[in-house]
Amino acid sequence: MIRSIKKYLTSSSTRRGIIAVIIFLLFWEICSRFHLWFGVQVPWIGKIPAPTSVVQAWIPLLDDAGYWSNWYLSAKRVFSGFLFAMLIGIPFGLILAINRTAYGIIFPTFEVLRPIPPLAWVPASIIFWPTAEMSIAFVTFLGAFYTIVINVLGGAQSIDQRYFQAAKSMGSSQWDIFKRIVLPGTVPSIAVGAAVGMGITWEVVVAAEMISGGGSQSGGSGGGLGFFIWNSYLGGSYQQIVVGMISIGIAGYISSAIIRSIGEYFTPWTRR
Amino acid sequence: MTEKSKIVAGHIELKSVCKSYGSVDNYKEVIKDCSLEITPGVLTVMIGPSGCGKSALIRLIAGFEKPSSGSITIDGRPVDGPGKDRLVIFQESALFPWMTTEDNILYGPRAVGEENSKNKDLANFLIDKVGLNQFKKKFPNQLSGGMQRRCELARALINQPEVMVLDEPFRGLDEMTKELMWEYYANLYEENKATNFFVTTDIDEAIFLADRLIIMTNIPTRVAAVIDVDIPKPRRLSNIFDLDQANAIKMKALKILHEEAMKSFRSGSKAAADFIDAYSKRVSS
Repeated sequence: MIRSIKKYLTSSSTRRGIIAVIIFLLFWEICSRFHLWFGVQVPWIGKIPAPTSVVQAWIPLLDDAGYWSNWYLSAKRVFSGFLFAMLIGIPFGLILAINRTAYGIIFPTFEVLRPIPPLAWVPASIIFWPTAEMSIAFVTFLGAFYTIVINVLGGAQSIDQRYFQAAKSMGSSQWDIFKRIVLPGTVPSIAVGAAVGMGITWEVVVAAEMISGGGSQSGGSGGGLGFFIWNSYLGGSYQQIVVGMISIGIAGYISSAIIRSIGEYFTPWTRR
Repeated sequence: MTEKSKIVAGHIELKSVCKSYGSVDNYKEVIKDCSLEITPGVLTVMIGPSGCGKSALIRLIAGFEKPSSGSITIDGRPVDGPGKDRLVIFQESALFPWMTTEDNILYGPRAVGEENSKNKDLANFLIDKVGLNQFKKKFPNQLSGGMQRRCELARALINQPEVMVLDEPFRGLDEMTKELMWEYYANLYEENKATNFFVTTDIDEAIFLADRLIIMTNIPTRVAAVIDVDIPKPRRLSNIFDLDQANAIKMKALKILHEEAMKSFRSGSKAAADFIDAYSKRVSS
């Protein structure tokens, strides 16, 4: 374990990664402070607060329960929306894949609804659901749902015909084929769909929190990282906007890593 | 595996089988008036030019498709859909990628609810026999091409099918591996003399393995000739083509294949052109 960590830290790709991040931060720092030193503002990036000042704004927040509750609230929305999308999306995709009638009835409607971006659902969702919390969860659910269904459907449909023939000729029943061929054959696609879906839920939850004001107007509990960014913007704290953005980056990265490792756990045969 | 009933069962008979695909505008006749017999205990190898319709014939015997006309029977019963009594081993591996070697081999017994100690012992015996002892817990993508084919042989054999159909099972393996597979397969066959129907395009493979060689015509395919290969067994790869007998059979088979190729070439098919070129080079040298 220790050796593998050491190996990881000393590998050339890790070194390159660390150097690239440092150069990026230096570049950002210099561009942000350029006008203080030379009186000329660097376009675009010059308006962004420097990394050192972002860190300065961040440190007191680490002690602030309010900041962490934003993490918690966003993560809760993301994971509940995501979980429902998995729970409903996987069986839904499987039914579409194995039942021609269901496919014929449902798929056309599904394909018309699918291109509607989840954010376009925000107003309708606020009207439809009793609380802002539920409408945000619904929108995050939609974000992951379509991706998961499409992946499950595609995955199940692309299972090689030879596997079915082999299973049938060894005497498998329909249920046996579903359980031991269709299901495991679809798992890699479910893992891919979940990873992509997880990314989308973070995009969606942040935007939904901004738009619906984190539920503050409609009597919800409010909060969330998207709300945090929007609030910082309204309050003129530009450092905190960047803090919020980076927080989302980290949160998204951790979530994807978790989903990926769960996916790998369930697909040992795709490892080399 | 050695019960007498197992040996006599599995007599396959094809009577004037025809198979065509498509309707009027893209009509294609693949098998035309094909009659043949596959006898239990006689390793029957079918050889024919690539694309001649051998695979279609296999799909019919396996029961995945139905003949357009004619009849296929096993021990007098007409073939009606795929069945556990006939197992097909395909050109490409059809091992389930999500199952280990062991789980793949035990697939059949589990499918019919017979995962008992007898079958587990049999699985271990077969795993040992095909040299995969070290690879029981590996997934197919962790096995070499040759190991995958052996695993597939074991997966079929555990079901003790009356009929085993092998559709160019060693195609795509390199020459050395292929020859190793022939020996593995020949040994397995000697252990379990169920009805075996082995399809190939490789003449050396055909002669090394066959008790009876069925030579097919170009598309639409039917039987061109049947040759009994009475070279004594066990055969050794190192010396089989030192035997005049083996070479005579090989030349005879090639000659028949050549005649068939010429016929189809004259009737406008380009598929046979390569074979004709190769054959004329071999004969003139």
